[in-house]
Amino acid sequence: MRTVGQLTVSTPTEREIVMTRVFDAPRHLVFEAMTRPELLKRWLLGPEGWSLPVCEIDLREGGAYRYVWQKGDTRMGMGGVYQEIAAPERIVQTEVFDDAWYPGEAINTTVLAEENGRTTLTLTILYPSQEARDAVLAAPMEDGVAASYDRLAELLASQVAA
Amino acid sequence: MEPLSYAPLSTDQLDATFAALADPTRRAILQRLASGAASVMELAEPFAMSQPAISKHLKVLERAGLISRGKDAQRRPCQLEAAPLAAANEWLEGYRRFWEARFERLDSLLDEMKKTTGSTQEPME
Repeated sequence: MRTVGQLTVSTPTEREIVMTRVFDAPRHLVFEAMTRPELLKRWLLGPEGWSLPVCEIDLREGGAYRYVWQKGDTRMGMGGVYQEIAAPERIVQTEVFDDAWYPGEAINTTVLAEENGRTTLTLTILYPSQEARDAVLAAPMEDGVAASYDRLAELLASQVAA
Repeated sequence: MEPLSYAPLSTDQLDATFAALADPTRRAILQRLASGAASVMELAEPFAMSQPAISKHLKVLERAGLISRGKDAQRRPCQLEAAPLAAANEWLEGYRRFWEARFERLDSLLDEMKKTTGSTQEPME
């Protein structure tokens, strides 16, 4: 098994989601992987079967970015504007989905901290409202509601066993 | 990602759900109710607990929206309300797994990048 850290997800305030993850690589490489389209297309994918055919990045403050994911005939687009870029440690960008299921735009702040050749990524997503944040968290991202009901049984079993 | 197919829980509701799940007796009650509705007497049976003690747990579960009680004044059968529990389960874990899958792909990509750039920068410890 890898020694890299497991992703932690927390909700420190009513409007935020914060993700923290350690990568076994110096931060200039993590920064590149997060800002170069040909690299993003390799990892910023959805569940099985989704690809990222459109990935356009104008990497400067005030520059726009646009991602379109695709699976079969279904496409999902998202984009925004870079508000702050301090390579290789900090990016602030807005985020709006084409068919957003919540109003307003989110603000993503990416912070990369390097220690002993490893990088801790902290990604904070600030939503316009608690309702928007909760809608994102509650939206089934993997395999839909049916699977979540299947997991109910697993949860109960594991909770009782614990 | 798809539009919501159930209403998102408020954080208060979510707190209530997690608080209710924090007790082993209440988890066992939920497990029992997963196989069908039951009266307080039926629920009390497998536990070395009085009916009033079980009723107290049921009130916590009911307030958290995890169970509902029938109208029948005598029996008031309890049944599982699956949606809040499923939503609570889904809440962070589905999101976490979605991103963890992405980050595992990023791990592999970074390994490859380290090799091609020769910039391994091993920790000097």
